[in-house]
Amino acid sequence: MSVAVSNPIPVNPVEKYLRMERIPHIWCPGCGIGTALNAFIRALDEAGFEPDKVCVVSGIGCTGRVAGYVNLDSFHTTHGRAIPFATGLKLANPELKIVVFSGDGDLIAIGGNHFIHAAQKNMDITVICVNNFNYAMTGGQYGPTTPISAQTSTAPWGSYQAPFNLPKLAESAGAVYVARWTTYHVHQMKKSILEALRKKGFSFVEIISQCPTLYGRRNKFRDGITHMEWFKEHSVIKDHPIPSDINLGFRTETIVGKFLDIERPTYLDAMNDRYQRIREEKGV
Amino acid sequence: MKPDPKTVLTGTHFLKGNDAVCEGAISAGCNFVAGYPITPSTDIIERISKRFPFTGGTFIQMEDELSSSIAVSGAVWGGAKAMTVTSGPGFSLMMENIGYAAMTETPCVFVDVQRGGPSTGLPTLPGQADMMQARWGSHGDYQIIALCPESPQECYDLTIKAFNLSEEYRVPVLLMTDECVGHMSERVVIPPADEIELSPRRYTTLPPSEFHLFRPGKDLVPDMIKAGDGYHVHVSGLTHDEHGRPVITPECQDALVRRLVNKIRQNEPKIRMVEEDIPDDSDVILVSYGISSRIVFLVRELARKEGIKAGIIRPIVVWPFPEEVFRKAAKKSRPFVVVEMNMGQIVYEVERCAAGQAKTYLVPHAGGTVHNPEDILKIIREAVK
Repeated sequence: MSVAVSNPIPVNPVEKYLRMERIPHIWCPGCGIGTALNAFIRALDEAGFEPDKVCVVSGIGCTGRVAGYVNLDSFHTTHGRAIPFATGLKLANPELKIVVFSGDGDLIAIGGNHFIHAAQKNMDITVICVNNFNYAMTGGQYGPTTPISAQTSTAPWGSYQAPFNLPKLAESAGAVYVARWTTYHVHQMKKSILEALRKKGFSFVEIISQCPTLYGRRNKFRDGITHMEWFKEHSVIKDHPIPSDINLGFRTETIVGKFLDIERPTYLDAMNDRYQRIREEKGV
Repeated sequence: MKPDPKTVLTGTHFLKGNDAVCEGAISAGCNFVAGYPITPSTDIIERISKRFPFTGGTFIQMEDELSSSIAVSGAVWGGAKAMTVTSGPGFSLMMENIGYAAMTETPCVFVDVQRGGPSTGLPTLPGQADMMQARWGSHGDYQIIALCPESPQECYDLTIKAFNLSEEYRVPVLLMTDECVGHMSERVVIPPADEIELSPRRYTTLPPSEFHLFRPGKDLVPDMIKAGDGYHVHVSGLTHDEHGRPVITPECQDALVRRLVNKIRQNEPKIRMVEEDIPDDSDVILVSYGISSRIVFLVRELARKEGIKAGIIRPIVVWPFPEEVFRKAAKKSRPFVVVEMNMGQIVYEVERCAAGQAKTYLVPHAGGTVHNPEDILKIIREAVK
């Protein structure tokens, strides 16, 4: 008697988290956003959250399109406003797991004020920032993270303004979890996102990404692979360094790792404690 | 649907307009307010922050009006009934996210306690010069609803109305008060909870497999869901199809924008609230809204003493504009005298509806205080000459 042997086509474990009918995506060949999204989904799968209770909120820009591809409740908001939208969403329904997934221009330039204030409040959200050093969606202009000397479409002679260093910014503003990886570090990236998702409070993961079409080709990174090889060769892992050591320059070594993992009360916990005490005092 | 009686301050009170807005919001079931302090609206969030721990609401003071206005949309998609509160300079910043709320059909309430402008202008003194900004301030084509209370009692009543309309039409509703109405204290009667009618959110009864987030009903308004209910929706400020998927084509744009505009225009007769008193023998029709109408009612008595009989139209819902009311009134060719605390905004709507059948006069005022009755009388005398 023969036994029928099924030979199923293996299903990619990330597919169930994606709106597959929306694929192919809009990102360029060689872009790092897909790598970051892949790591996020694998972390989410491993975290074991009920997918119905996970929301992704994005702003505007290339990374802002992540919200459109995840098969979760997802919100594509106005430019820079993903974090305050997420704040409203979280406060209205604290049982939701809220992930803000957006780019450096969206989160740190036009949304920079919201970024530092949500960190200060220790708002209970996870922020994943894909930093590709430029405004890619609009054609590669310089932004808040563009390194000095890098060329962009609006810095044709090289950028001359000092960039933000995002982990330092997040840490000083009050985040409780801060990590940085490049698109080369897929396993570490996934692990950090998993830790960030499980962390109570404002957790932040920066993902340094190549942008071959708009940033790379202007800065001698011929294609995505060339830039990723550069990440591989020039990244130095330092866990819990002193903040001044979290270097990120133009053609200098890039410090990556988990930089911060501390505890302090979240906005919601602090608010609920205070309200509870007042209600007890007033006997309500 | 009725409010929770524990939250409603039933009784007769002596309240400021701003306090009445706060109580109206709580009676309407508002349980999320994000705001940023700005004169002359700040006392609304002060009272909200004091009351909310006992009504089950969440108040958050944000870093600016950009974040306040988008946090409101976030909270609504999380299931809350949400409001933000501001004045001129903050209202300018909120335009971005009024557009987002209109585009994503997010039911929410914006309160603008109007002060003199432009720019920082007159922080502590009244104005009515944000009326066109309320209608057109965010980029692109869309339609909102705007209400203009003339007293603390109306601040209470119309705040509830604003929440109800926002739920019925899935649209941001703007409550356009001003510094005078906000800071005047008058008798406000708050009814028992069981006499307050609230419009529930239009949550779908369809299962996720059959539900489309932007598929409209007969009234052109789609039903909605809240995050966490398992529908896995996508909400975007990009032009989107009935599923919520971004579709960047002229066809999709046409279908969406026409519906966003028509769901309000088509339902204007149902949304309409106008106080109208035009005796047959009227010589002139006085048009005003909000605080200016308080002066106009006085002026009507003064005019009568001079032998001039004046009718009155007071739009309470200013947007969508009650065109039919003005077209009808214009047929007898009696002149309109429009009294508003700006250099001419709603007068253009009146003139448009009069369509040459009746003359239209404006009594302009740059703001800072209410009209002097004599200034209005002068124009009335000229109009009836």
